[in-house]
Amino acid sequence: MLVGFPLLSLVTWLPIAFGVAVLATGGDENAPNARKLALIGSVLGFVVALPLYAGFDLLASGMQFIEKAPWIERFNVNYHLGIDGISLLLILLNSFTTPLVVIAGWKVIQERVAQYMGAFLIMSGVINGVFAALDAILFYVFWEATLIPMFLIIGVWGGPNRVYAAVKFFLYTLLGSLLMLVAFIYLFHQSGGSFSILDYHKLPIPLPAQILIFLAFLAAFAVKVPMWPVHTWLPDAHVEAPTGGSVVLAAILLKLGGYGFLRFSLPITPDASHALSGFMIALSLIAIVYIGLVALVQADMKKLIAYSSVSHMGFVTLGFFIFNAYGVEGAMIQMISHGFISGALFLCVGVMYDRLHSRLIADYGGVVNKMPMFATFFMLFAMANSGLPGTSGFVGEFMVIMGAVKANFWYAFAAALTLIFGAAYTLWMYKRVVFGAVANAHVEELDDIGVREFLVLALLALAVLAMGVYPLPFTEALHTSVNELLAHVAQSKL
Amino acid sequence: MTEMQTIYLLIPLAPLLGAVIAGLLGWKIGREWSHRVTIGLMWVSFGLAVAVFFDVLKGNIHNGSVYTWITSGDTRFEIGFLIDRLSALMMVVVTFVSLMVHIYTIGYMHDDPGYQRFFSYISLFTFSMLMLVMSNNFLQLFFGWEAVGLVSYLLIGFWYTRPTAIYANLKAFLVNRVGDFGFLLGIALVLMYFGTLDYAAVFAQGPEMAKKTIEILPGKPWMLMSAICILLFVGAMGKSAQFPLHVWLPDSMEGPTPISALIHAATMVTAGIFMVARMSPLYELSDTALSVVMVIGAITALFMALIAIVQNDIKRVVAYSTLSQLGYMTVALGASAYAAGIFHLMTHAFFKAVLFLGAGSVIIAMHHEQDMRRMGGLRKYMPITYATVLVGALASAGVPGFSGFFSKDAIIEAVHFSRLPGSGFAYFAVLGTVFVTALYTFRLLFMAFHGKPRMDHHTEEHLHESPWVVTVPLVLLAIPSVAAGWVIGPVLFGDYFGSAIAVSAQHNGMALMAEEFHGIVAMMLHALQTLPFWFAMAGIAAAWYLYIKRPDLPAVIKNRAGILYTILDRKYGFDDFNDWFFAGGTRRIGTGLWKIGDVGVIDGLMVNGSARMVGWFSLVMRHLQTGRIYHYAFSMIIGVFVLLTVWFNRG
Repeated sequence: MLVGFPLLSLVTWLPIAFGVAVLATGGDENAPNARKLALIGSVLGFVVALPLYAGFDLLASGMQFIEKAPWIERFNVNYHLGIDGISLLLILLNSFTTPLVVIAGWKVIQERVAQYMGAFLIMSGVINGVFAALDAILFYVFWEATLIPMFLIIGVWGGPNRVYAAVKFFLYTLLGSLLMLVAFIYLFHQSGGSFSILDYHKLPIPLPAQILIFLAFLAAFAVKVPMWPVHTWLPDAHVEAPTGGSVVLAAILLKLGGYGFLRFSLPITPDASHALSGFMIALSLIAIVYIGLVALVQADMKKLIAYSSVSHMGFVTLGFFIFNAYGVEGAMIQMISHGFISGALFLCVGVMYDRLHSRLIADYGGVVNKMPMFATFFMLFAMANSGLPGTSGFVGEFMVIMGAVKANFWYAFAAALTLIFGAAYTLWMYKRVVFGAVANAHVEELDDIGVREFLVLALLALAVLAMGVYPLPFTEALHTSVNELLAHVAQSKL
Repeated sequence: MTEMQTIYLLIPLAPLLGAVIAGLLGWKIGREWSHRVTIGLMWVSFGLAVAVFFDVLKGNIHNGSVYTWITSGDTRFEIGFLIDRLSALMMVVVTFVSLMVHIYTIGYMHDDPGYQRFFSYISLFTFSMLMLVMSNNFLQLFFGWEAVGLVSYLLIGFWYTRPTAIYANLKAFLVNRVGDFGFLLGIALVLMYFGTLDYAAVFAQGPEMAKKTIEILPGKPWMLMSAICILLFVGAMGKSAQFPLHVWLPDSMEGPTPISALIHAATMVTAGIFMVARMSPLYELSDTALSVVMVIGAITALFMALIAIVQNDIKRVVAYSTLSQLGYMTVALGASAYAAGIFHLMTHAFFKAVLFLGAGSVIIAMHHEQDMRRMGGLRKYMPITYATVLVGALASAGVPGFSGFFSKDAIIEAVHFSRLPGSGFAYFAVLGTVFVTALYTFRLLFMAFHGKPRMDHHTEEHLHESPWVVTVPLVLLAIPSVAAGWVIGPVLFGDYFGSAIAVSAQHNGMALMAEEFHGIVAMMLHALQTLPFWFAMAGIAAAWYLYIKRPDLPAVIKNRAGILYTILDRKYGFDDFNDWFFAGGTRRIGTGLWKIGDVGVIDGLMVNGSARMVGWFSLVMRHLQTGRIYHYAFSMIIGVFVLLTVWFNRG
């Protein structure tokens, strides 16, 4: 359709340009303009991402929509973009989420509106850059750049303990990614002076080096996912972040880690991936079971959902390291679905927090009596989080469990425990918050969701249901890329 | 798409449409139109199901896909229908009972503020249940399986302000999830070894898989079929409330009575029975699995019936009766008498719906009093309700001529013929249960409808028969409660099920019984010389003696029985144990992992070093936070690009 048109650059830079424009509206006296501009920018960002799906060739192997231009010629660093089915879905998820975040923050954010909206738009573009980058340095720049807006969102608009949480988030993720940079520099030398990720895929590497590279990548990606035991920054960050921050953090930023495994760890170090798969699976299963139990006893709704995220992301890493199509595609589906569901759940908590200024389960009870429409949405997302068939939450878990049993019955056994624990922590929370008689005078005064809140939740509800009932378009987009990846990983690079 | 395929599709979609309309637009179209729309669409669904039933009788069997759900690897996961004699029968039973319950609901929920929501839920349930029984593959089966669980959860907690209701619905969902956990693992093994989830393809490969072993525990090979069938059966134990996963069903009575009849007696809880019958080609390959099924069923049948004797809540008596009857069906499956299990499922759907809806009718008349100790003598105030409940009780007790007699007798005979390990115990249990069933059923009838009225004066003055929307469904359900048994000849001993159910040659009890079957009259006459008949009579007589003749005796027995009574009253202690061990245990472990693992070790020890850095950092931050730091920071992003470009390109 648009041969040669730099669509990926547009998808990356348009939100950033709008973000800068929003920043330029200045102080809060211009807040209405900042909001409108941000909404236009974010919706446009989604609209320009749609042709990526329409023009994507489902059967073609390799990268599509490729753009390449020299950037720093001395070190052979290129401005090199391109996507396969894996990055396609993540870019669409990211572009879909940004308008929702803008709308969700419409009324709630009253201070430094332009900066808030600008930060999300810039972050959205930068994240698209991460998913599209095919040059290691370009990737690294985008990767680190995502930290700054999120750091500020937590640190400026966050809760009382925001500085601690922001710094913990920043340090954790920064330290992790520094090792990744070291790995890139090593690969640059090994490959005879290339920063092309696709070159790295073909590069033969001896096993000890592969293991070191794998571990360096692991430091970066495991923190982002986050995997047990480097997950403790996430609950703190979520609790302190404003609603929009939590949504983007859970829905998108965690996926950077998962994406990293697929784009770097598996194809660059396939032998190390196989050698260490038992270790990775063990960490994943611990995340699913251990974190599921920890989620059960949380008193703070945001913490509970944060732990639930860690547990659900355990399915993602489990799916990757069992090396079959069910597992990898299931893990990808799980990432997209988790984007919808965790985003929706954080928005639900945000809706209540905006009214009562509490995230504690104990401060609620009987919300359904006052907010029936909200309770219906919340029920749907709670069920989706429990992996109910017919919602998107089921698809990924189902596929990963189907894949895991091929590797080892007990992997599937441990992973399937989430059927019980996931339902237990989610529905127990729902019961205490939503069901029952009106618990106190504050709950008595709640009003049901307004038009904007309805719009955001309804869009997510549609996404969750559509993906649950008819997930074929998602798996079809992944098919060729995942098969190619699996064939690649099956070949030794020693 | 052929005309029949359109009809197949319409059968589940009509109630779904009703659910969506009543659920989303109920507030706009009002109460009247909500029930008109849902009931109208239920008529469509029921009418078409009957049409399909007769079409299938003519030999028109359908197995086809509707759409592809996902493709992954080399596997296509599809949504599709298998319409054969088994599913056609289930479709008729489900839509008929559901239709009756829809109509009954107009009366029962008349004053409830959640009227539209209720109609939406029961229509949604019908859709889910139809998807379950019409499925032609394991994936859709699991979808329907969990979807009925969801609706059950929503309906048990329908009155969401009641603490007991929202406790019961969470419990029901979680206990069912324990079953689904096993079920899903069973499905995973099927997919792994058969490479497909399509019934026909799986069953076709069954015989060649029969010899295959797997090592779930290293070094301990196990028959693949046994592993698969037992795991699948764990799912059935959850949904069909078999020991020890039965604990949720009695509590589910917190839901409105129409739900107890529709979901927790007639249809949803029979999903497990249906599933095992559907999987008969697999179960026939594993005697171990069949033995397990039979023993679990026998335990459930006997021990749950015993609890029913000491219950005083009218709905709980019927609930424990349901558990026990589900046990009967399960025993039948274990004895390879799948047809008898399904046949009992059908007769039970009718007579148990009558008992529940009759109990509901009583509850309305008593102003939501459910304790039988405060009833008595209702016979003269509610003649229609009494007559229908009497029919239900006679059918339930297995009195010759009534539907329950035929199906239950067939099961007992089949167990008698079984040679599997555990069949001796099972035979003893099902026989003993006959006596207990007659006893508790007639105890209910006598306590509620006979004797002196024990309610307060005010209630007694207002006692009257329920309106027609309540009594008409009762009568319409009472008719098949009598007559449904009369078709036993063709259904059980003819070739009704044909290829829908497979029975291997060495499990030939049903075939032997068919040889001895000479019509229903002969069967009734023959029964007069057999133990089950006399056990049933003894049960009724005992109930008469204890609750009509000497109503002072039960209290004496209760005091004498002491510990035995306490055990039954505490339901063998399952609830207490589960609360303490599972619910409490997971919370204790969760707290331990969180406080010691996350907060203590990971954050405390490992992140402690960096925590000091955090302190230092925040000091710096505080100074920087005075001005417009965000502007600088945003320029950092751009700055990084510019800097890199300039720096590296400088030479």
